Amino acid sequence: MAQPARDHALSRGMTVLAVDVEKQLGAFKLTVNFRAAGGITALFGPSGAGKTSLVNMIAGLLTPDRGRITLDDTVVFDAAQRIDVPPHRRRIGYVFQEGRLFPHLSVRQNLDYGRRMSGRPRDGSEFERIAALLGITHLLNRRPRMLSGGERQRVAIGRALLMRPRLLLLDEPLASLDSGHKGEILPYLVRLRDEAAIPMVYVSHTATEVRRLATTVVRLDQGHVAEIGGLELLAGTELEALD
Amino acid sequence: MFDLSVAEWTALKLSLRIAVVATAWALPFAVAVGWLLARKSFWGKTILDGLVHLPLVLPPVVTGYLLLIWFGRKGPIGVFLHDYFGIVFAFRWTGAALAAAVMGFPLMVRPIRLALESIDRRLEDAAGTLGASSILVFFTITLPLALPGIIAGVLLCFARALGEFGATITFVSNIPGETQTISAAIYTFLQIPDGDAAAARMVVIAIVLALVALVGAEWLSRRATTRFHGG
Repeated sequence: MAQPARDHALSRGMTVLAVDVEKQLGAFKLTVNFRAAGGITALFGPSGAGKTSLVNMIAGLLTPDRGRITLDDTVVFDAAQRIDVPPHRRRIGYVFQEGRLFPHLSVRQNLDYGRRMSGRPRDGSEFERIAALLGITHLLNRRPRMLSGGERQRVAIGRALLMRPRLLLLDEPLASLDSGHKGEILPYLVRLRDEAAIPMVYVSHTATEVRRLATTVVRLDQGHVAEIGGLELLAGTELEALD
Repeated sequence: MFDLSVAEWTALKLSLRIAVVATAWALPFAVAVGWLLARKSFWGKTILDGLVHLPLVLPPVVTGYLLLIWFGRKGPIGVFLHDYFGIVFAFRWTGAALAAAVMGFPLMVRPIRLALESIDRRLEDAAGTLGASSILVFFTITLPLALPGIIAGVLLCFARALGEFGATITFVSNIPGETQTISAAIYTFLQIPDGDAAAARMVVIAIVLALVALVGAEWLSRRATTRFHGG
C-alpha cells in the first residue's frame, strides 16, 4: 500500500524527508526546519554549522530536544508523542566521513552486513550490480586495512546501499580523501544519483562537490537554516578546485 | 623417569579438567563484568571493581576460607545449591574448579575490560544504522573486536587455575583422585620421606604443561592478530 504512494510522491517531487528539530549542544543551539524530496539534498555550510549533528539526529544516533522527523508517512522521531525509533529500525543508510568499515570483516562481509542483520535471503544479482556500480568487485576478499581511502569510501557507500535504505545520508564522504581520490569518487556519486532511486542527504562544506551533485541546497549557518533553494545559492561561494 | 604412575596421571588429568572447567565457567561472567566495568556507570561500580580484584590481593588461604564458609556443606550458598540444584562443592573436584575460577577471575576480567574500552564505539553506531539491534551489535562487532583481549584473559585465567594451590587446599583439602591437583601432589610428596623423586617428576610435568600452554597462547594470539591486520 505504501509503495505506490511513495513512488507518486517521488515522481511529483513531494516531501520525502521532513525535519523540524531543536538541540542544545553545549553553548551551541541547533534549530533546523527543512524538507527534502528525491534526488540529492545538500546540507551546505561551514564547519561548525551543525551539519553532522543534524545528520546524526536523522539517523537516530543523537536525540533532539524537541521536534519531529518524518520519512514519507513514517514518523521516526516525535518528541511530543515520545516516538524515537532506534537507528536499527529506521532503515536510513549512513556513509560516515571516515568510512567506519568493520576491520575484522572482509569487504564482502562488510557489504553483506546489513542483509545479514535484517535476515533477508541473499540476492546475488543485487550484490553484483552494486559492487559493479561502485567498481569494487575486485576488492571483495580484502580486509578494510588493505584498501586505499577512496576504495574504503566506495565500500562504505556500497554497504549502506545494500541494506536497502529508504534514505541515504552521506556525511562529508570525500573530506578525508586527497583531491585525486575525490575526483575518483564523484562520478560514482553522480551515477548513484541518476541510477538509484534513493533520496540522499549530502553533507558538505565544499561548493564544488555540492555543485556537481545536489538537486536541492539547504544552506546552514551557526545552527540555523540560512536559505533553501537550488544551485543558484552557491553563486556567491568561492570555487574550490577538486584536482 | 617418565613412566607416570596411576596417581600421577590422575593428578595431571584432574588438574587439566579443573582448569578447563574453571575457565569455561568464568568466561561468560568475566565478559559480563568486564562489559559492565568498561561501558556502564552505576552506583557501586567501585565496589564491584574492588570485589573482582580481591582474590588477586588477598592471601589465597583467606579466599579458600571464605569459600569454605559460604560454599561449604553448612555455608548459606552451599546449602542452597545442594537443596535446589543438587550441586556440592565441599571436598569435590567441582569445589576445586570453583576455587580456581575465583582466583583466575580478576586476571580474566582485566584484559577483557581493556579490550572493550579500546573498541571504537563509532563502529557500533555504524552497525546500528545497518540494521543491527544492540544484541546483534554486541555479538557481531563488540565481541569479535574484543577477541584478542578475551583470548589473553582466558589464557591468564587458565594458567592461574592450573597452578592454584592455597585457596584450593583450604577449601576442598587434598584428596587423591578428587581434589589432588599437580600442585597439591607435589606438596604431598614433599611431606613424605623419599618423596623427592616423585615430587621432581611432578615438577617436570608442571614445567612441560606450562611451556605447552605458553606456546599455545602465543600461537592463538598471533592468529587473532592476523585476523585484524592480515590481508
